[in-house]
Amino acid sequence: MYEQIAANKRKTAILFVLAIVLLVGVGYAIGLLTNSGPVGLVIALVIAVAMSVGSYLYGDRIVLASTRAKEVSKEEQPRLHNIVEGLAIAAGVPKPRIWIVPESAPNAFATGRDPEHSHVAVTQGLLETMNRVELEGVIGHEMAHVVDRDILVGTVVATLVGAAVLLAEFFMRMWWWGGFRGRRGNDSGGGAASALIFAVGFILLILAPIFGQLIRLAVSRNREFLADAQGAMLTRYPPGLISALKKLQTAPTAMRSANNATAHLWLNQPSRLEGEKLGPMERLFSTHPPLPERIRRLEEM
Amino acid sequence: MTALWIVLGIVAVLLLAGVWIYNRLVTLRTRVDNGWSQIDVQLRRRADLIPNLVETVKGYAAHERELFERVTEARTRSLGATGVADQADAENQVSAGLRQLMAVVENYPDLKANQNFLALQEELVGTESKIAYARQFYNDQVMRLNTLIQSFPSSIVAGAFGFQERLFFEIEEETRGPVQVELS
Repeated sequence: MYEQIAANKRKTAILFVLAIVLLVGVGYAIGLLTNSGPVGLVIALVIAVAMSVGSYLYGDRIVLASTRAKEVSKEEQPRLHNIVEGLAIAAGVPKPRIWIVPESAPNAFATGRDPEHSHVAVTQGLLETMNRVELEGVIGHEMAHVVDRDILVGTVVATLVGAAVLLAEFFMRMWWWGGFRGRRGNDSGGGAASALIFAVGFILLILAPIFGQLIRLAVSRNREFLADAQGAMLTRYPPGLISALKKLQTAPTAMRSANNATAHLWLNQPSRLEGEKLGPMERLFSTHPPLPERIRRLEEM
Repeated sequence: MTALWIVLGIVAVLLLAGVWIYNRLVTLRTRVDNGWSQIDVQLRRRADLIPNLVETVKGYAAHERELFERVTEARTRSLGATGVADQADAENQVSAGLRQLMAVVENYPDLKANQNFLALQEELVGTESKIAYARQFYNDQVMRLNTLIQSFPSSIVAGAFGFQERLFFEIEEETRGPVQVELS
């Protein structure tokens, strides 16, 4: 457990460095391309650092806002509050804040930067489908993510990937509208060089989101097995989580707020299509191990 | 000259190991204390629920006077208990009384539909599972502390600084699993 906490902190640091290097690289390429010298580089550096600091400090807020979660009080949801508080006690961490996501697909996630700043969110659908023991299993899984600092990596990845995708789209659009084209035409001497630079910049822009996607895959899949096992150990009752996962198998997964930047945070991978299971693309970029496999491993415990 | 350096090196390593073990012992002792105060908070919360619960049930099943008295007595004893063993003993009585109380409730459908009672029941179930979780955390930490105190070479440090083994908080349980009462 302690090794995982250390590994997650290390991963977060590496992510920040990678994000900064990647963005600065893009900025540098754009600077060369537009002959604007170091301006692009400086802007990119400022954006990258701001993004990293922002995702560390406000990542949880951004993630919660993107899912339209609402915080609930103990009076509104006494049972959920009792369960979360109980498992926080079992894990020996402070009680996280509790949010409800207005979606009918049963699902849940945890976010935050450490156990002192943590949040657990469940969908309306989860509250309606699960009984107490199953809810305890699900919350136990989320609490394991909190204890292991998976929430830190997950949240940082979500906000960095989200921002990278946004930035890449922004630049592609600028390009499309000819923002860079005019000035490049004046550069009569280095036709071949500018073509090369163009290619490098273009590749970087394409690579940024894909790269983000790959990092996310690396972060996520094994964590889920671990969190399942640790969560079951917290509740000392694996059948609760097993039964919850079995219910998820037949439940709808479509969510209005489903997007690539936050998919890995959820208990079960959300899909975008109404009434459909995961599409082939989503399965290819799957962030979660398949449910039958997770159930099998829990049953072996 | 080299011999002196070797001796100094060994002493330094031993000192460092001693400091590390000492810090580990202090951390675990703090965790055990925290765990115990968590248990205490939850037990108190359960005790606070009892008068309300008894009053509500009384409204429907006034003739169960003897049972009410027993539960109330057990509650008073639990609030006055000192030390881990005494507290555990008192809690067993409270739990037994509450179980009987809940069994009585089964005979009164009106009571089971009462909103006030349902809210109290959720609080009781929630608090009992929190007691179980707090106990689980506490006992885990006690086990780690006791293991460290017993095993060599940490036993030397523990002995020198007077670290003492702690008692497990043991209560009777009818079944394993988080909670027995299904609300929905």
